[in-house]
Amino acid sequence: MSFPAREDLIDFIYDEARMLDEGRYTEWLDLWMPEGVYWMPLDYKQTDPDLVTSLLYEDQFMLRLRVERLNGARTFSQKPKSRCHHVIQRPFVDVMDAGANRYVTNTNMHYVETRLDDQFLLAITATHELTVIDGKIRIANKRVDLLNCDAAFGNIQLLP
Amino acid sequence: MPADTPAYTPAYTIDTVTDLVQPHQVHRDVYTDPEVYRLEMKHLFANTWVFVGHDSQTPNKGDYYTTQIGDQPIIQVRHSDNEIYVLYNRCPHKGTKIAIDREGNTGKFFRCPYHAWSFKTDGCKLAIPLKKGYEGTGLEETVSGQGMKSVGAVKNYRGFIFARLAEDGIGFEEFFGDSLSSLDNMVDRSPAGRLEVAGPPLRYMHKCNWKMLVENQTDTCHPMVAHESSAGTAVKIFEDMDWPADKPKPMAMEIIAPFMSPYEFFENMGIRTWPNGHGHTGVHHSIHSDYSAIPGYFEQMVDAYGEEKAKQILGENRHNTVYFPNIMIKGPIQQLRNFIPLGPDKTLVESYIYRLVDAPDQLLARTAMYNRLINAPTSMVGHDDLEMYERAQEGLAADGIEWVNIQRLYEDGEDFDHEAVENGTTERQMRNQFHAWVKFMAPQPAPAQAEAAE
Repeated sequence: MSFPAREDLIDFIYDEARMLDEGRYTEWLDLWMPEGVYWMPLDYKQTDPDLVTSLLYEDQFMLRLRVERLNGARTFSQKPKSRCHHVIQRPFVDVMDAGANRYVTNTNMHYVETRLDDQFLLAITATHELTVIDGKIRIANKRVDLLNCDAAFGNIQLLP
Repeated sequence: MPADTPAYTPAYTIDTVTDLVQPHQVHRDVYTDPEVYRLEMKHLFANTWVFVGHDSQTPNKGDYYTTQIGDQPIIQVRHSDNEIYVLYNRCPHKGTKIAIDREGNTGKFFRCPYHAWSFKTDGCKLAIPLKKGYEGTGLEETVSGQGMKSVGAVKNYRGFIFARLAEDGIGFEEFFGDSLSSLDNMVDRSPAGRLEVAGPPLRYMHKCNWKMLVENQTDTCHPMVAHESSAGTAVKIFEDMDWPADKPKPMAMEIIAPFMSPYEFFENMGIRTWPNGHGHTGVHHSIHSDYSAIPGYFEQMVDAYGEEKAKQILGENRHNTVYFPNIMIKGPIQQLRNFIPLGPDKTLVESYIYRLVDAPDQLLARTAMYNRLINAPTSMVGHDDLEMYERAQEGLAADGIEWVNIQRLYEDGEDFDHEAVENGTTERQMRNQFHAWVKFMAPQPAPAQAEAAE
């Protein structure tokens, strides 16, 4: 697949959400480009990831650390482990630029995370910048906006 | 008394509550009991100087910012005289909060949205609609006729706004004393001697008592244990990466790896305590000591202060400075964490970062990274801290042991009225906080009386 169809991009977003829900994190890390960054802004419509605080702005080193930590023996906040669940609306494909090998999707989701007796719901919008390498769709960057980004949260431990 | 009367639970009073603190241990009720919490809000948070906000959060006339001192709703506002005023966020009429957004600009006056009573931004009454209806009623003699109520006292210390709710009590300088050296160092790190708030704070909800968070700030025996899963794993992954020795480490590694430092590192860093419950870790060095130099910054500092003073400012690497009762600052990275009590078992932590005016942006980028890596609700480090606090809050229900131990490196007859520097793993600062807790729970003498007593 050198030039993905709209349907391929949409399927990719669904598949990624399923991977996260099933905890297949090693596979999930393989979806990323080496320079890819996962950004979760703190402020509504935040434009600067660098000089104000974000909830997450993590490169592949940090994402790998996050995944390995989840499986660690002394990861106390994951005893017992959290589980998550995405309910996603059909993604919009906002950019299909085969010439630049750049594709952008915008997906509204309800994200549910649970551990012990606590379960919470986040309404989120995920913006994926995608690219195709060796016939496979890869994540160049991912931005996750929380509808209530300015609210006070307890632990959000997995990856929306 | 009937046989079926439920077991008697003592209701603490201001005279008995201090029995909960002993030199080497504190009763669990200081963390769990609603009556103790109520007394803290009423007395401790009224008698002490509590952090409100930074003046750069309200840079222009009419700018306001809403917050809390203890459980009291508060507005910080910049008046037409360009000074910062701190008012109770309550219309003197029916109690309606005057502002509920976290920040904004109100122009020349506040106008209550319920009945349009209006007030100047220093709180003075401006106008009441249908004023005739109050003629001859004696409104002027009531508290409601006096405008918005100001707190007891306000101090703007180098941009940081503190307030004392009580009308009378300890003065700002006496309360903080030499502990202000940590705030000075944080501000002096700007070549312009000025900080500006950088964006909104992280807001992290904790189901635990506020004091657990404050105590954790100088708890140097937990990082290598509680944070092994994040910092330890980071070190391991980094070792697998074959990173060239001559290439600077990634910023994230510089920030997170020192959490795995051995006990010896923390023992040698030292802890300093000051009177009135203030203190800091990192007297000699800290987890912030070995950050890479940012190009151009030292030269800017030398230009501003001269080489000797610049070296002295940057040579301090204090780790966490606790300003009793409920904030912590990190001078070397310009961070402030406000532990806002919301209930005996509920605390909102707001983590602010500040820009060093006239310094390179890379410094702020590192601070923003520190804030999100360590103190966000999405932070791997924060997750394990919160887990410990919440387990402690639940574990304290156990009736088998009613006391919490704060005895590490305890000595008989400790004197908290003088500055001291000790081994960095002492729990002396926790004891210092409880010493101050006992002091400021009690009614405070008016300044004149205090002088007479000396």
